[in-house]
Amino acid sequence: MALTGLVLAGFVLGHMTGNLLMFKSSEAINAYAAWLHANKGLLWGARTVLILSTFAHIWVGIQLALENRAARDGGPADDATRRATIASRTMPYSGVVILGFAIFHLLHFTFRTIALGGATFAEGDVYKMLIAGFSCKPVAYFYIISMLLLCLHLSHGVSSVFQTLGLRNERWRSRLDGLALAYAWIIALGFISIPLAVLTGCLK
Amino acid sequence: MVQDNGKEQTLALKLRVWRQRRGQPGAFEEHSLAAVPTSASFLEMMDMLNEQLIKAGKDTFAFDHDCREGICGMCSMTINGMPHGPIPGVTTCQLHMRNFRDGETITVEPWRARAFPVLKDLAVDRSGFDKVIQSGGFITVRTGSAPEANNIPVPKPVADEAMDAAECIGCGACVASCKNGSAMLFVGAKINHLNILPQGQAERDRRTLSMVKTMDEAGFGNCSNYGECQAHCPKSITLDVIAKLNRDYLRARVKEFFSSTGKPSKGGD
Amino acid sequence: MNLDSKIPAGPLADKWNNHKAKLRLVNPANRRKYHVIVVGSGLAGSAAAASFAEMGYEVSCFCYQDSPRRAHSIAAQGGINAAKNYQNDGDSVRRLFQDTIKGGDYRAREANVYRLAQVSTSIIDQCVAQGVPFAREYGGLLANRSFGGAQVSRTFYARGQTGQQLLIGAYSALSRQIGLGTVKMYTRHEMLDLVLVDGKAKGIVTRDLVTGAVESWSSDVVVVCTGGYGNVFYLSTNAQGCNVTATFRAHRRGAGFANPCYTQIHPTCIPVHGEDQSKLTLMSESLRNDGRVWVPKNKADCAKPASEVPEEARDYFLERKYPSYGNLAPRDIASRAAKEVCDEGRGVGQVVDGKRLGVYLDFSAAIKRLGEAEVRARYGNLFDMYENITGENAYKQPMRIFPAVHYTMGGLWVDYNLQSNIPGLFVGGEANFSDHGANRLGASALMQGLADGYFVLPYTVTDYLAGEKSGSRPSNDAPEFKAVVKDVNDRVAKLLSINGTKSPRYYHKALGKITWEKCGMARDKAGLEGAIRDLQALRKDFWENVKVVGSGDALAPELERAGRVADFLDFGIMMCLDALTREESCGGHFRTEFQDAGEAKRDDAQYAHAAVWQWTGENQLPARHVEPLVYEETQLSTRSYK
Repeated sequence: MALTGLVLAGFVLGHMTGNLLMFKSSEAINAYAAWLHANKGLLWGARTVLILSTFAHIWVGIQLALENRAARDGGPADDATRRATIASRTMPYSGVVILGFAIFHLLHFTFRTIALGGATFAEGDVYKMLIAGFSCKPVAYFYIISMLLLCLHLSHGVSSVFQTLGLRNERWRSRLDGLALAYAWIIALGFISIPLAVLTGCLK
Repeated sequence: MVQDNGKEQTLALKLRVWRQRRGQPGAFEEHSLAAVPTSASFLEMMDMLNEQLIKAGKDTFAFDHDCREGICGMCSMTINGMPHGPIPGVTTCQLHMRNFRDGETITVEPWRARAFPVLKDLAVDRSGFDKVIQSGGFITVRTGSAPEANNIPVPKPVADEAMDAAECIGCGACVASCKNGSAMLFVGAKINHLNILPQGQAERDRRTLSMVKTMDEAGFGNCSNYGECQAHCPKSITLDVIAKLNRDYLRARVKEFFSSTGKPSKGGD
Repeated sequence: MNLDSKIPAGPLADKWNNHKAKLRLVNPANRRKYHVIVVGSGLAGSAAAASFAEMGYEVSCFCYQDSPRRAHSIAAQGGINAAKNYQNDGDSVRRLFQDTIKGGDYRAREANVYRLAQVSTSIIDQCVAQGVPFAREYGGLLANRSFGGAQVSRTFYARGQTGQQLLIGAYSALSRQIGLGTVKMYTRHEMLDLVLVDGKAKGIVTRDLVTGAVESWSSDVVVVCTGGYGNVFYLSTNAQGCNVTATFRAHRRGAGFANPCYTQIHPTCIPVHGEDQSKLTLMSESLRNDGRVWVPKNKADCAKPASEVPEEARDYFLERKYPSYGNLAPRDIASRAAKEVCDEGRGVGQVVDGKRLGVYLDFSAAIKRLGEAEVRARYGNLFDMYENITGENAYKQPMRIFPAVHYTMGGLWVDYNLQSNIPGLFVGGEANFSDHGANRLGASALMQGLADGYFVLPYTVTDYLAGEKSGSRPSNDAPEFKAVVKDVNDRVAKLLSINGTKSPRYYHKALGKITWEKCGMARDKAGLEGAIRDLQALRKDFWENVKVVGSGDALAPELERAGRVADFLDFGIMMCLDALTREESCGGHFRTEFQDAGEAKRDDAQYAHAAVWQWTGENQLPARHVEPLVYEETQLSTRSYK
């Protein structure tokens, strides 16, 4: 979970940073997209790693969740929680929603088989595509909610990476937890800023 | 606790206690118990309940307990959903009734985990823990073959850290509190105790791989870093031991992968 | 009864080495043909079972707990003695020997005690190699402390959990062998009888506590390491399951029981708080280093909070009676002094059963002198433990303490080889009587358990096995086994069928009340005679009116307790009889008729012997035999702590 999660957590950072070019200018983001598509090797290399990581992350995640559920044997009738965070306890659920979102997101913006937003996408004009896509309010809201869940998922996931790789101790625990939380919020807010800007009319 | 009039405070309690025979489904039974002194321990309260049952000609509740001073690790009850009850850092035998309110309903259950099947009522089978130790939780030293004790200097911080981990009493509260029924805190504590001492280096990788393998086979769950185990550990053992177990395990696996024999041969770095 | 101690000839210092050199051996290839049964998995049992398996024998180990790691050795706090002389303060094997013999009030066997001191150093080596995290100095070498009034620092310790750490060490050695398949471990099995074939111990009968199955196991030798009998007093610092059944069943089959009246009382326990109490908790004796013990001078002040008793109205009775040792007077002396003031009606704390049984242990002077931070650094964990149990903050008000039964020096009689008078029955640890005489020194119980298990039994049991033909052990289908299995089944059935009105715990409490009152810290003729009559009546009542709920085919804690209480009732009578017939005071045995103004008065001319009791039949008083104690190199003197 930790290694694949690390790849995915790294990816969202890259993706989010690229997205922020929206705020620079339409040319900037379109040029970035064109550059990505021009470097087929890089693009497909990254895509391959991502796809493999995603599948591995999902596969291992499902297995672990099933194993863990069985090992718990139902748990106490009167279960109490002393310390486990909401984030940690909802990882499979936040994960499923994020997966659903990712599929929708790909269909929407990458394969463009879903044409929500009304506009026809001009080839090569990512800027316009995004503005059009997020002008559809349900899409923007779904996007925002999914990014908040991603934040939840990352806040536990990133701090767990340190634990799983054995890089955490009692002294550093709260610092690393804080770091993970900050990372999760940066990612989420970075992504959310675009639909929010579209909704509020800052980006047109 | 003694009141001003010299009389001891007592509680009237409603108890929901788990009743089960081995291999059969169980259910809660409800009982009332009057005049429980606040100075009594939780197990003494259970003794009172059992005496009341004997008077009524009914079978008592079986529960594990032995030293009743918080060190043997035998007592094991989930009280109101919390292994060892509501006070952190104590075992059930060291939980006292002054921590409960008059008229309160208390739910008492066994440890709940697939790896700890119920033997009767509140007593469970924790032999999975012993199997993990048998597979590597030791330093191989034949009786009589040890070198002079002071020939092996152990820096004080290392000895202290080993002792922190060695305080584990093997009660199983970590497994019972974990939402995944994981035994990582228990195994991590033993790995930390032995793997950081100079005496434990020779078998370090072997020990780690073998104990983790046995742990998985025994039906325990995986660690999701909830931290419930630390929060319920009567000896307050920290998640550090799990982080170090993970580190040692990764290192041993990598070394095993690249070794010429494909086996863990050496310990140390 | 054959009570040949088999002490080897020669000077004390050479006896063990000479003896070891003469002990017979078993060929390595033949060892796996011998089956060794070890009962009990505490320090002695685990250590012995692991060592036998390493040597190549086929070993089976039994314990009543759910894991060998839970044996009550785990609860020892203070430490373990060894004559390493790491502190360069003049310690030596001979000095440890002398201290132990003197501490035992000259009622232990010289040769055994000397051997104990000799092997003590190897124990530390063994435990360190196993990874026992003993306290260290910054240089990385082992730290020591002085313990229990010893004049040298020879005690090794692992925080306040030395017993736990040593047991985990022995348990890990045992676990390794279980993992290798050389030891078969039977947890939740209780030994309920010993099987003799042609006068030799050849097996045991157990009850599987989970399924209720009564089974027999045949072997070439039986090693019993089942601990002491402190729970005959009902309230003690022992674990709930500690019992005399294994040793008493062996006694009923002919093994002599030596010195049952030697019981040790520990002065710093948390007092009884109520009728429903099940257990007394010990706090480290180290508290007496800085705490001052007192009670009010006037009975009228006893109900008041301590803070309302002015300084001049306090009686610091240990400092008053023993000016040179003061609050650090030895365990038995401090305990008796506390009992005396409480008997005078000057005890403090809760009224239980019409009495206040407690004395103050006051740290206010230490807090004033050292500061609360320093007191917290030294005793913080003990203060926390006290607060957890009593709900009182000992920084603000004095602790209350009272003595409690803690250790039993008596046990099955064994010779120098730790073999009982039944050939093939060996006994180790607290279960035997051999090393502590009439009183045990602090930090010596762990030492003896491991010495027996690691460094004595492996040699002496091998010598015995060398004399037994390999493969000659009987099958457990033999009539001798069937007869014992029937006995055990009958007894279990009997207990379940009485269906009376009173619980096993009721009888255990009643038993404890009698033994503690009449055979506790102070004993006298009239009291002991009365106790024997009362116990006989209680035993009769038990077999007529006990109610054992539960079934014989599942976990049945009441049945377990009933069986143990039944044996304790018989045993209690023997203990009182031993106390009655030992007309002197020595160590933990204090007869009020035999004293010098409060000091124990030994009678070496009449009683320098071990009293060994022989079972004579159901409802009969046991017969007394004697093993004289011969002191070759020790001058007997009177203990004085004034």
